[in-house]
Amino acid sequence: MHKEFLMGNAAIGRAAIAAGLNVIAGYPGTPSTEVLETVARNNNGSLYVEWSVNEKAALELAAGAAYCGARTMVTMKQVGLNVASDPLMSLAYIGVKGGMIILVADDPGPISSQTEQDTRTFAAYSKLPCFDPSSVQEGYDMVAEAFGLSEKYHTPVILRPTTRVCHAYASIDVRDENEYSVNKPEGFVRDPSKWVIFPRLSYNAHINIEARNVKLSAELSDSGRNTIVPASDAACRKGIASHGASYMYIEDALKGEPAPRLFKVSNPFPFPEKAALAFLDGLDEVLCIEELDPVIERELTYICGKYHLNVKIRGKLTGDVKNAGENTCGSVAANIASFLGREAPAAAEAETPPALPVRPPVLCAGCPHRASFFAVKEAMKGRKAVFCGDIGCYTLGNAMPLDMVDTCLCMGAGVNITQGIGRIEPDTTCFAFVGDSTFFASAITGAVNAVYNQADMTLVILDNSTTAMTGHQPHPGTGRTMMGQVVDNVSIEAVLKGIGVKTVETVDPLDLKAAVDCVKRVSAEKGVKAVIFRSPCAVLIKPENPAVIDADKCVNCKKCIRSLGCPGIVMREGKVAIENSLCTGCGLCSQVCPVGAISVKEGGRK
Amino acid sequence: MKTTNIMLCGVGGQGIVLTSKLIAAAAVERGIPVKSAETIGMAQKGGSVFSFLRLGEGASSPMFPEGSADILIGFEPAEAVRMFPYLKKEGAVIVNTHAIMPVTASLGGSDYNGSEMLDYLKKHARSLTMIDGEKACTEIGSPRALNMVMLGAAVATGLLPFTLAEIEETMKATVKPQFVELNLKALRYINL
Repeated sequence: MHKEFLMGNAAIGRAAIAAGLNVIAGYPGTPSTEVLETVARNNNGSLYVEWSVNEKAALELAAGAAYCGARTMVTMKQVGLNVASDPLMSLAYIGVKGGMIILVADDPGPISSQTEQDTRTFAAYSKLPCFDPSSVQEGYDMVAEAFGLSEKYHTPVILRPTTRVCHAYASIDVRDENEYSVNKPEGFVRDPSKWVIFPRLSYNAHINIEARNVKLSAELSDSGRNTIVPASDAACRKGIASHGASYMYIEDALKGEPAPRLFKVSNPFPFPEKAALAFLDGLDEVLCIEELDPVIERELTYICGKYHLNVKIRGKLTGDVKNAGENTCGSVAANIASFLGREAPAAAEAETPPALPVRPPVLCAGCPHRASFFAVKEAMKGRKAVFCGDIGCYTLGNAMPLDMVDTCLCMGAGVNITQGIGRIEPDTTCFAFVGDSTFFASAITGAVNAVYNQADMTLVILDNSTTAMTGHQPHPGTGRTMMGQVVDNVSIEAVLKGIGVKTVETVDPLDLKAAVDCVKRVSAEKGVKAVIFRSPCAVLIKPENPAVIDADKCVNCKKCIRSLGCPGIVMREGKVAIENSLCTGCGLCSQVCPVGAISVKEGGRK
Repeated sequence: MKTTNIMLCGVGGQGIVLTSKLIAAAAVERGIPVKSAETIGMAQKGGSVFSFLRLGEGASSPMFPEGSADILIGFEPAEAVRMFPYLKKEGAVIVNTHAIMPVTASLGGSDYNGSEMLDYLKKHARSLTMIDGEKACTEIGSPRALNMVMLGAAVATGLLPFTLAEIEETMKATVKPQFVELNLKALRYINL
């Protein structure tokens, strides 16, 4: 054992290796991405790592490996579990031979997600045991425990950290390499009565799962993870129940203060009922401080009803704790003060600051998506058109002045939503924008659907040859794998041609005239057709010399700013100016300027 | 040992995460327990970003409540003001005076230049170090030198649990050899 300073996700990845991991698969998604990346970086060649095309593929691959006795981990963010829910629900019945951890990172806030869904609730729905770490050290330690539980009960186990555990750093105790476990998979043993799901098998499995979960609830009550801390004053008849990052905020808020009885629930499912009864014993009132769903609050309310306990359970359901968004040190301290009838921590009395500039996230300077959106906008000027977006950096194309994202729902949805709009509004020119990674993850089936059902739409692939939003992971189109191999890349053109899209044109969006002409030409055709805008992510290329504004020519019309909204163009002392620290020299603005005042140096990208 | 709380804030792309990691590494090398939390994800793309750092025993959470930071290192005037409530009354502020105009301000014809923000800090901060980051980077010869200049200034307040020489050692062990000279110049900029 030794100390290391690690990010939560890195700790989980390292713990998995230490626990004898054989296979890890996942799909990138904030805040989960670094777990798999850590395993890949520390892979000595003995284990298999892949970014799968999506979470469903990752879970199914891991299931196959786990059937062989391999220790496996699958990583995803909370909405990724929706994609993987089909295999998940069935695998809960079939079970595994080798240990399987499904690492699902939740995102209270949400900071980088579409929903505030709670994987603890998903664990209860799928009847799978769940671990909920509240610190980086717990994240590390729970991995070995979860593998142990998984192999003991032949079931997948969910590990669900939240952002403040995933992306927190701490100095923690980690195992030395000579303490690592090694797992040698036995291999696949054919047994159709075990691995082939049928109604009869499911019925029997359901009975077993319910019985197992009763047993597990008792076992988890005594595991040392679902802890009760006595009140500092034995006469205190109040208690606080919590979990995850919120529990750390509670510890900090109560430092140096008289504290009520505390209950930390690290296994929200199966709920540790015996431990909960010990916690509730002799209390009058309990405050549940949770993020996302009121899981603990509902369980405690249920237990009070079941055992006729006269304890008032408060929390989100009673309006005592906010029911959306992330908890903070401050919000938790205020919740506690109000519950205990103490004076709330004094707010800073400083005068109100001047109006702060809003700083929403924007497409980077030099981002090729800006050029792609602008080209389609120009091509469709004066036409009735709809622009369905999707999940990725390019969702930011919704911001003014581009204003080019009319819908965004979930991964790959845009291509189907476009078809639906087209069915009701046949006079609208319909566009679906999808990134390269999202295309492979879940838009191909939508494209097949469009071709088969004779939709009239233009599919626009924004191909920057990476998964940019989550930190530049490779995907089938990049020709690189997480095992370090260089492989044949899957061609988006060939896929589209193969499914029957007759017109597929590829164009560099930073060549504005060619891009606009291409969109006009292709979108005028009937049926399903595609434009592939191909240009590398601006973060991954070496920037060229910044653009230069000729002050004598510039008439300060601000057309560049008003059309593009590029952070590389600013107003300085009333004049349009280039922010040299950001400009990549992409040259898009030079093609928009009506008086030719902006130029990029010879040898620039355009 | 008491906990030292540090707040770093600015705009995505200014090197805040890197600075935070360097401070953490310097502390870890000295056996000081560290906890930290930072913005990762969508907001990194030109949005407001922050990093909480807690050095020393006694901290459970990687984040801390308002009124707790010993030092606020603001890489941009408005971002420093945004996170100012996290500073202790007697805490110190290091601020880069060069404002970064958000796209929304350019579009709206706003003339935001940070001066109002600096006035606010001058009025309310008990201890304030102002650094012209643009000028510093030009003098040092790299637009990427800002984070080390800010860190050097933070060390100069004496509020961090290590000396300039110690942070220099950590830096040397962290960055590529060809950048050592540049970073040394940047770390020492405040003392010139």
